[in-house]
Amino acid sequence: MSAAGGRPALADLTVGDEVARGTLRVDRARLVHYAAASGDRNPIHWNERVAREVGLPGVIAHGMWTMGAAVTVVTDWLGDPGAVLDYGVRFTRPVPVPDPGEALVDVVATVGALDAQAGTARIDLAVTVEGQRVLGKAQAVVRLP
Amino acid sequence: MPVDLSYAGRVYPPTAPLEVGREALREFAEAVGSTHPAHTDPAAARALGHPDVVAPPTWVVLVAQRAEAQLVQDPAAGIDFSRVVHADERFTHHRPVHAGDRLVTVLHVDSLTQRAGLTMVATRCEIADEAGAPVATVRSTLAVRGEA
Repeated sequence: MSAAGGRPALADLTVGDEVARGTLRVDRARLVHYAAASGDRNPIHWNERVAREVGLPGVIAHGMWTMGAAVTVVTDWLGDPGAVLDYGVRFTRPVPVPDPGEALVDVVATVGALDAQAGTARIDLAVTVEGQRVLGKAQAVVRLP
Repeated sequence: MPVDLSYAGRVYPPTAPLEVGREALREFAEAVGSTHPAHTDPAAARALGHPDVVAPPTWVVLVAQRAEAQLVQDPAAGIDFSRVVHADERFTHHRPVHAGDRLVTVLHVDSLTQRAGLTMVATRCEIADEAGAPVATVRSTLAVRGEA
């Protein structure tokens, strides 16, 4: 399944193949880190009181954290984070992050479509927390050798 | 105050250039758990053909959200952030972003539509280098709940 340099090759893929999976762990400290690194300082991602005041069950992860973390499962497999040409998601369900503790986000990446002429594959991501989808239509188009 | 639907179709002037720094990419990569050395080690990035360390695929959200602030933080637009839910996001990379890039963004308000008590605010950021060559397109939709 590997081309020269350890990267997967388009010719070795079939639609439906599972190419990677992983479990992401997220706690409150991780959200504070993401808030600083991304500039998204919305208090619903770190302040329990504010989160409850706007009707949430508690602090929730940034949707953009979940989106950014989920694609690492793809880029680790791909071997080049610069080879993601397109990546889109819908935010279908919030990810509550307990304190103390952490939330576990499961990611399974499968081949959704292949385009031999363009040299690309569409990788579909199933992203779930306790079996429920938190991202919808999560798809990444990647360039492969 | 409801969202001002007349903002649909608005195109903002290009932002001031934003310079992409190695440390900013490192911090973001660590925060999303992206451990690939091409984010932090220039030699590893060059081995893959990149001129410098590369950004994680969603890093340009930082560039886009700064541009989107022109709309979201404009009191006259009527977008109450305490009523906002992020509905969807999509990145199209015309080439990878790397340290040393100087990025200029033009914000487009693609549509403002109302349905079932929500106003959907669809924006598009066209991100280019200083010479105008396209780097990334970021599409984002916010759902704003109406007054209760």
